Amino acid sequence: MEGEAYVRDTEQGERSLLPELDSEGAIDAVISIDHVTKRFGEFVAVDDANFHISRGEFFSMLGPSGCGKTTTLRMIAGFEQPSSGEIRLDGKDVSRVPPYKRHVNTVFQQYALFPHMNVWDNVAFGLRATKVSKPEIVRRVTELLAVVHLADFATRRPGQLSGGQQQRVALARALVNYPSALLLDEPLGALDLKLRQAMQLELKRIQREVGITFVFVTHDQEEALTMSDRIAVMNEGRVVQIGTPQEIYEEPTSEFVAGFIGMANLLAARCEGSDGEFRIARIGDQAVKVASNGLAIGDEVTLMVRPERAHLRTSAPPMDLAGVSAEVVDLVFQGPIVRFDLRSPDGTPLVAHVGPGSDLPLLRPGDQVWMCWEPSAGRLLPRSTQGFPRPDVLEY
Amino acid sequence: MIQRDDQGRKRARAAPWLLLGPGMLFLFLFFFFPLYTLLEMSLSASPSRFASPVFTWEWANYSEALTQYGEQFSRSFLYATLATLAALAIAYPLAYVIAFRGGRYKNVLLGMVIVPFFTNFLIRTLAWKTIVGDQGMVVDMLRTVGILGEHESLLRRPIAVIGGLTYNFLPFMVLPIYVSLEKIDTRLVDAARDLYSTTWRAFRKIVFPLSLPGVFAGSLLVFIPAAGDFVNAYYLGSTKTTMIGNVVQNQFLVQVDYPVAAALSFVFMAIVMVIVAVYSKLLGTEDIA
Ligand SMILES: Nc1ncnc2c1ncn2[C@@H]1O[C@H](COP(=O)(O)OP(=O)(O)O)[C@@H](O)[C@H]1O
Ligand SMILES: [Mg+2]
Repeated sequence: MEGEAYVRDTEQGERSLLPELDSEGAIDAVISIDHVTKRFGEFVAVDDANFHISRGEFFSMLGPSGCGKTTTLRMIAGFEQPSSGEIRLDGKDVSRVPPYKRHVNTVFQQYALFPHMNVWDNVAFGLRATKVSKPEIVRRVTELLAVVHLADFATRRPGQLSGGQQQRVALARALVNYPSALLLDEPLGALDLKLRQAMQLELKRIQREVGITFVFVTHDQEEALTMSDRIAVMNEGRVVQIGTPQEIYEEPTSEFVAGFIGMANLLAARCEGSDGEFRIARIGDQAVKVASNGLAIGDEVTLMVRPERAHLRTSAPPMDLAGVSAEVVDLVFQGPIVRFDLRSPDGTPLVAHVGPGSDLPLLRPGDQVWMCWEPSAGRLLPRSTQGFPRPDVLEY
Repeated sequence: MIQRDDQGRKRARAAPWLLLGPGMLFLFLFFFFPLYTLLEMSLSASPSRFASPVFTWEWANYSEALTQYGEQFSRSFLYATLATLAALAIAYPLAYVIAFRGGRYKNVLLGMVIVPFFTNFLIRTLAWKTIVGDQGMVVDMLRTVGILGEHESLLRRPIAVIGGLTYNFLPFMVLPIYVSLEKIDTRLVDAARDLYSTTWRAFRKIVFPLSLPGVFAGSLLVFIPAAGDFVNAYYLGSTKTTMIGNVVQNQFLVQVDYPVAAALSFVFMAIVMVIVAVYSKLLGTEDIA
């Protein structure tokens, strides 16, 4: 069921899963993942992944724990071999090339710094394994230690550094080799929130400074949205959508992506007909207009509206607005916005973020309202057979 | 308030001493006190063969120990060194395979290393005597392939003694090396391979250096008892393979010359301490020694 809808969506939808393939992006792909599948025995960890990563890009792989992100990264690094398909680095097939012959470097989940070497030796490790001259090693290590602001720590052991400093050593140790791409596996996962946010900016700065392609793995959607040029959203071994953060957020192609990235109101609906450029969707006994995106009339669908695109009215909306009636369950003042928790007549939980300047009367739990939105703010998604996931449940 | 604080701090300061107490008492009763007695004995002389020795600052015991038994001393340390190297050569690959390739059979494999050592030390040595004896399979085979001549044996030769020492102390090498290898995070090896290192370079630069504490502990655990051992030389060797342990045993139990035996023991201890100090300096692992 889901598979069918998924295929139809990518074939007929406005946006293909591979935006880079038909543009000049394919020519300048640093990494090409060409129909790669990875099985561990019977278990399929990565299912037919197929995408390209362009030079200089900050590319993220985002998905819940266990969806195959690390496995994909390990295949790029060379620690695992694809069961089928091909991985190309700089245009060359490396599917059977050992890690030490691949010009990519990894920042490991727990850094994996060499505990018996000081910072300098850790950073110089990769250069010493290759035919780089002594003066060049000194030059590059010095340069990279300056980039990560650790010039004064060269003689310390990893055990004498804080988590954030260790993180930077791991970065320098990888970047000092000027790899074609830097692979980062949840590099900020071990840091506390404050440091994490600081390191997000720091990572972006470093990436701009060195101009190297970053392949960044995370399960944190906020992190992926803030940092990435493009995001590949993964679920259960499959890449379900690829796009810029804005595309992923505003034009999700599945319930999974809609629910995993940001908050989403998901309403069960049925495609009933069209009205010019709009589709008519029926939700319960209400018919609403939605921007059309290739779903056939008669399909069971899901209508998505982001909470910040919804507003509340105390009376039925005019013809040019879409809306459903709902009951106020709770309201929470959150500074810039007020978050309304609502419930539709059939019990679906809904959320609306109401900003300043709304002329709503004072509302209380139990009040009947209409949740409304511009027809262009709604989005129809193929109906998934599973319940849609919520990000707070999916993390870890 | 302040007073209670003070008491609390005092109690906190006393706690380590209380914890150390039993151990210190044990050390004093069973180590320092006998050591002192031994030291006194090593500087005593017996007026006659059957009288008890009397403390007389008898330094002659030491010159006798050093001049008469130099050969046995150097032989002991040579055999112990060779046995340590042989044990290391066998134990390292063994521990490596168990630690990194053992999977869920790790404990079974470790058990197989240890189980033979549930039997008595003496019995194991006697078993070893049967194995390398003139009627044993090993000698048979070596004679067939011509490594040993028709009437040559393994027994009574240095190699039998060194082999026995190696065999008897092998687990003391395997276990510490296994422990230090087992502790190594395999992601460090991944990291090294990611940084352009072959598996061999990753071993040399990462795995081996990180396993040195185990190598260090293991070699001491083999070397020290091997150097002082007398059972292997007694059962597997000849008069040409006498070790210092045999001399001490002979002096104590056969000659009943306690002062010289005690002096021999002290010289042995001093040499071992110097060797350990030099060795730990070389391996750079003073902090764990
Ligand atoms: N070496 C392996 N053997 C068997 N299963 C594995 C192996 N490595 C990963 N897996 C499985 O593959 C799935 C994906 O794992 P992983 O790529 O680590 O996920 P993520 O990094 O997205 O959390 C998980 O269910 C995991 O249990
Ligand atoms: Mg992972």
